Amino acid sequence: MIKVEKRNNVSRSIYFLTPVLAIFLTLFGGGIIFFILGFNPIEALKFFFITPISDLYGLSELLVKATPLCLIAIGLSFCFKSNNWNIGAEGQLIFGGIVGGGVALIFYNHDGFYVLPIIILSGAIGGMLFAMIPAILKTYFNTNEILVSLMLVYVAKLLLDYLVVGPWSNPEGFNFPETRQFSEPARMPILFDGLRIHAGIFITLITVFLSWIILYKTYLGFQIKVSGLSLKTAKYAGFKGKTMIIIVFMISGACAGLAGVGEITGPIGQLHRNISPDYGFTAIIVAFLGRLNPIGIIFASLIVALTYLGAETAQIFLQVPKYTGQVFQGMILFFLLGSDYLLFFKIKFLGLKKNEL
Amino acid sequence: MSFDLNFIGILIGAIMASSVPLILAASGELITERSGVLNLGVEGMMIIGAISGFALMVVTDNLFFAVVGSMLSGLIISLIFGLLTQSLLTNHVATGLALTIFGIGMSAMIGKNFVGIPGKEFPLLFVNLKESIPFLGPVFFGHSIILYFAFGLPFLTNYFLKKTKTGLIIRAVGDSPTSASNQGINVTLVRYSCILYGGAMCGLAGAYLSLIYTPQWIENMTGGRGWIALALVVFATWSPIKVLIGALIFGGITILQLHMQAVGLRIPVQLLSALPYIMTIIVLVVISRDSRKIKLNTPTSLGQIFYKEK
Repeated sequence: MIKVEKRNNVSRSIYFLTPVLAIFLTLFGGGIIFFILGFNPIEALKFFFITPISDLYGLSELLVKATPLCLIAIGLSFCFKSNNWNIGAEGQLIFGGIVGGGVALIFYNHDGFYVLPIIILSGAIGGMLFAMIPAILKTYFNTNEILVSLMLVYVAKLLLDYLVVGPWSNPEGFNFPETRQFSEPARMPILFDGLRIHAGIFITLITVFLSWIILYKTYLGFQIKVSGLSLKTAKYAGFKGKTMIIIVFMISGACAGLAGVGEITGPIGQLHRNISPDYGFTAIIVAFLGRLNPIGIIFASLIVALTYLGAETAQIFLQVPKYTGQVFQGMILFFLLGSDYLLFFKIKFLGLKKNEL
Repeated sequence: MSFDLNFIGILIGAIMASSVPLILAASGELITERSGVLNLGVEGMMIIGAISGFALMVVTDNLFFAVVGSMLSGLIISLIFGLLTQSLLTNHVATGLALTIFGIGMSAMIGKNFVGIPGKEFPLLFVNLKESIPFLGPVFFGHSIILYFAFGLPFLTNYFLKKTKTGLIIRAVGDSPTSASNQGINVTLVRYSCILYGGAMCGLAGAYLSLIYTPQWIENMTGGRGWIALALVVFATWSPIKVLIGALIFGGITILQLHMQAVGLRIPVQLLSALPYIMTIIVLVVISRDSRKIKLNTPTSLGQIFYKEK
C-alpha cells in the first residue's frame, strides 16, 4: 500500500530534477513503441538519439534546430509565466518570415551592411504585430487568445502560400512555389565553412540574456510573475493588466518573428511553403521542459532539437515517418506534466513512520 | 427551375455532410467542458479516430468494427488526458496541447502503411428517395447513418443536460466542484466519464472523415477541424443546439468556398481557404464582446484543477 501526502513546500531540487525524470521516462516509452513496431528498442533509440550527433556536422545541425526553438520558447515563457496562452507562435514565426522575406526581396540588388539588420528588424516587427492581434482581441473584446492565436496560424500559412505561388514567386523559377534566393548581403553569416550553423545563434543568446534581465531584474518581470501566481494579487497591487498582456504578446511575437527571419535568411535562403517544421508548436514543449526559465530553456531546446534530428535519422535507417519526432515530443510533455505531481505530493510507502499533516 | 432547386438541395446536403465532424466533436467537447474540464486535445483525438477507423476498416473489412474501434481509440487516448489532469492534477491547457501533438505524431506512425489505400464505400440510407424527390430528397436522404446520428445528437445532449439527473450532476460539477463534492458526488469520477465520452465522440468525428467524407487516409487529414470544434463550443456559449447552428454555418463556409473555387472567381484560392478561420475569429470576437453573456454560461470551474483533501 502506498499513501499520498501533500507537501508543505515545493523542493527546489525536485523542481529541476523532474524534467530529467521525464526525459528518461520518454526514452523508456519510446523504446516500448519501437519494440511494438518490431525494432530492437536499444538499436532504434541509438539511431534516434546518438547517431545524429556523433559527428561535427550533426552537432552543428543540432544547434541550427535549437536556435529557433530556444528563441521562440524564451518569448513564450513571458506569456506562459503571466497565464497568457499564446499557442500561435507558429503563425507569428511565419508572418515574421513573410515580412522579413518581403524586405529581403525589396533589397534584392542592394549591397550594404545595413541590409541584413533591416531584414531582421522587420521580421521581428512582423511577428510582433501578428501577436498583437490575439492580445488586443483578448484585452478589449474579451476573446479567447488560445483559439484566436491558433486560427491565425492557418491564416499565416495560407498567406505565405499565396505569396510564394503568386506575386512573390521567382520570375525565373519555372512556376515553383518559391521566391528568388536572397542575395548574399541578406543572408545570415555562416560561422564555419561546410556547416550550416549561422549567426542567428547570437541573436538567440542575446535574447536569452535580455529576457533573464527583464524577468528577474525589472519591474515588468515582477509584474509578470505576480500576475501568473495570482491575478487577484496583481489587481490589488494596481498592475495595469491590459498593458502587460499586450507587452508579453509583443515580446513573444517578436521572438517568433526573429526565429522566422533567422530561418529564411539562414539555412533556407528564400521563402517557400514550408519555412518551419512546426517550430512554433514544438517551442511550447521547450518552454515547459525548461521550466519557463531562460537557462532551462537553453538545455530543453537542445534536447527537443535532438528529437527533430532523431526523427530524420530514423526516417532514413528505420523507415518510420518523420512525425515520430512528434510522438517523442508529446511524450516528453506528458511525462513532464505528470511528474510534476511529485512536486506537490509525497508518495509514502506504508510501514514507514506516518506523518500527520 | 426544378433543376436549380435540386442543385440547392444537393448543396444543402453537402453542407450538412461537412458539418458532421464538427457537430460530433463539439458535442463531445461540450459535455467535457460542462463538467469543468477544458480538453484542447480535440484535434489529436480526432486524428487518432480517423486513422484507427480507417486501419480497422482495411484490416477487418468490417465498417461496424471500424466505427466502434475509432470511438474506442478516441476513448483510450482521452484516458491519457484523464489520468494526467484528474489523477495527477496537471494543467488542462498544456496537457491538451501535448495530446494533440502526440496524436498527430502517433496517427502518422500508425498510418504509414495505410497511405494510398482506397477506402470502402460506406452504405448510404434512402438513396432511392434522394433521387426521386426534388430538393427535399438530397437534403434529407442519401446520407450515412452517422450523419443522422450527428444531427440528433445536439437535441439528445440538450435533453440530457437539462432534464436528466446525470446531466444536472455534470453541470453541478462544472459550476461548483466543491459544493458538488460536499453533496457526496465523486467529482473525479464524473469528470473522468465526461472526458472519455468526449474522446469517443472525437474518435467518431475522425472516423467520419476517413471512412465517409474523404474515404482514405491522409496525414494530418483533420486539418484544424478539431480547433474549429473547440471554437464552436465557445461560439455556442455551451448550448448544444447552438453547436448545431454553428457547425452548419462553418460547414456552409467550407462548401461555399469550394464552390467559389470551382466556379473560378478571381479571388485567390488561399483567401477562400482562410475564410473559415477568419470567420471563426470574427464570430468569437462578436460573441465574447459581452463578457456578462459569456460568464453567464461558462462552466464556472472550466479548466481549473480540483483536488479533494483526503
